[in-house]
Amino acid sequence: MQTLEENPHNIKINLAKILTNLLHYLLPWTIPTLIIISWQLASINGLIESTILPSPWQVVQTTITSLQSGVLEQNMAISLYRALSGFVIGGSIGFLLALCTSLSQTLNLLLDSSVQMLRNIPHLALIPLVILWFGVGESSKISLVTIGVLFPIYINTYHGIRSVDSNLIEMGHSYQLNSWQLFWHIIIPGALPTILMGVRYALGVMWTTLIVSETLASSAGIGYMSTNAQSFMDMSTILMCIMIYALLGKLSDLMAKSLETSLLNWQIKGGMING
Amino acid sequence: MADTILSIENLSKKYQGKVALNSTNLKIKNGEFVALVGQSGGGKSTLLRLIAGLEPMTSGTISQNNQLIHGINSNTRVMFQDDRLLPWKTVRENITFKKPKNSETAEVVNQLLERVELQGFADAYPASLSGGQRQRVALARALFVNPEILLLDEPLGALDALTRSKMQKLILDLWQERKMTVILVTHDVHEATKMANRIYVVKNNKIEATFENPLAYPRTDATCTNLSTTILNKIIDQD
Ligand SMILES: Nc1ncnc2c1ncn2[C@@H]1O[C@H](COP(=O)(O)OP(=O)(O)OP(=O)(O)O)[C@@H](O)[C@H]1O
Ligand SMILES: [Mg+2]
Repeated sequence: MQTLEENPHNIKINLAKILTNLLHYLLPWTIPTLIIISWQLASINGLIESTILPSPWQVVQTTITSLQSGVLEQNMAISLYRALSGFVIGGSIGFLLALCTSLSQTLNLLLDSSVQMLRNIPHLALIPLVILWFGVGESSKISLVTIGVLFPIYINTYHGIRSVDSNLIEMGHSYQLNSWQLFWHIIIPGALPTILMGVRYALGVMWTTLIVSETLASSAGIGYMSTNAQSFMDMSTILMCIMIYALLGKLSDLMAKSLETSLLNWQIKGGMING
Repeated sequence: MADTILSIENLSKKYQGKVALNSTNLKIKNGEFVALVGQSGGGKSTLLRLIAGLEPMTSGTISQNNQLIHGINSNTRVMFQDDRLLPWKTVRENITFKKPKNSETAEVVNQLLERVELQGFADAYPASLSGGQRQRVALARALFVNPEILLLDEPLGALDALTRSKMQKLILDLWQERKMTVILVTHDVHEATKMANRIYVVKNNKIEATFENPLAYPRTDATCTNLSTTILNKIIDQD
């Protein structure tokens, strides 16, 4: 008797499969890796001057020193605090507002057109106003993030709820669900894919808003580190800050994505998720 | 008249002043399988929705077991052309929707799934099922609460011919096993004559004709042809 694993032919197939998988994972990294290697080589050979663009290795060293002195952690903590508070406040307001306008016809008439009007103001244009009102302290940054996050969450929640299949809602009525059960078992899950799309988009807005506001007016945070480094012509710190922003952005996107896959696993089998 | 389960008197429904169902009378006996056929827009779905209590009536009465129907009629279950399964709930959760999860309900679900030949699909999400499989889940869900009357609004309308005829047989078998009352709305006159004891032609927003169909089950296409032709002529009749 020969089991599947013992068959030498099968082992060959498995090996080929593993190699294909490995290639699948490695291939996307080849171009970034090549760029970094050639950048490093060009810096070593003096093709790129370090006052214009420091070598990747210099950036790594700067990162290590800033980590050792604790400066980086401190500023990162401040940036994260601003980003998250703004996100939570703006997200909650946007979500609650959308619940009001999508579930109540009266509140919809009262509020929706005003919200739609405000939405058209680019929130970064409010920076001078916000600085005059709140100064360069925490509240100015947090409120800018709040405003930036509020609208994408509002729009997506509103649309998500409005586009829940009316047949499913009728099905809920025929099961004699009360309003709360209808909301919890049918409306929220039905709207969730759209709401999560809004969350992912809002996370992007959150970082951009934070970067801009920290760079313009701040006395702490990653953006401040970067502006501060600018006045000392400290190129590698500036690059480090850019990298950190990129990493944080990627990280939050990954988190949003894994939230989607875990909350929307019912869609996967139908092949609807592809992001 | 002890075994009349559903009694409809002078039932009318208007949508924004436009008549959808006009002064309809209907008596259905316990355990009957009746079909409603007729032109599109004739009022078949409206009648079914009124019986289910999904829609308030404009005038008239519906009583089931001598009880007047007000609001949702929880002794009935409706199955529509679209399955209306909740995509975010598994097959099992859809069937037991709103009922407590315990070993007893689990057993009922298992039996039902076996009956509709979907054993092994209890934990699947609707997105991974075919249209025919989803309709069978919808049927199992409708039967889960043991409704006195099963209301079917074009439940097989979107299925291919083979799946459709299998489903017809399944519904007939379940009807005979469970001794429930079934009201089927269909565009397919042949489906009606193959399945129902009595066929109502709904036309111009009321019941225009009634055909008894005493043929024994199982019925073959050949035995039903004559009645089908008669009914079809009645439907297209311009009077
Ligand atoms: N929600 C509604 N609002 C307004 N008019 C409606 C509504 N539902 C049905 N009607 C109207 O009532 C009439 C009867 O419709 P109904 O759906 O009962 O027809 P039907 O016999 O089921 O037709 P079909 O075979 O096409 O399903 C139609 O004229 C239709 O336009
Ligand atoms: Mg209809």
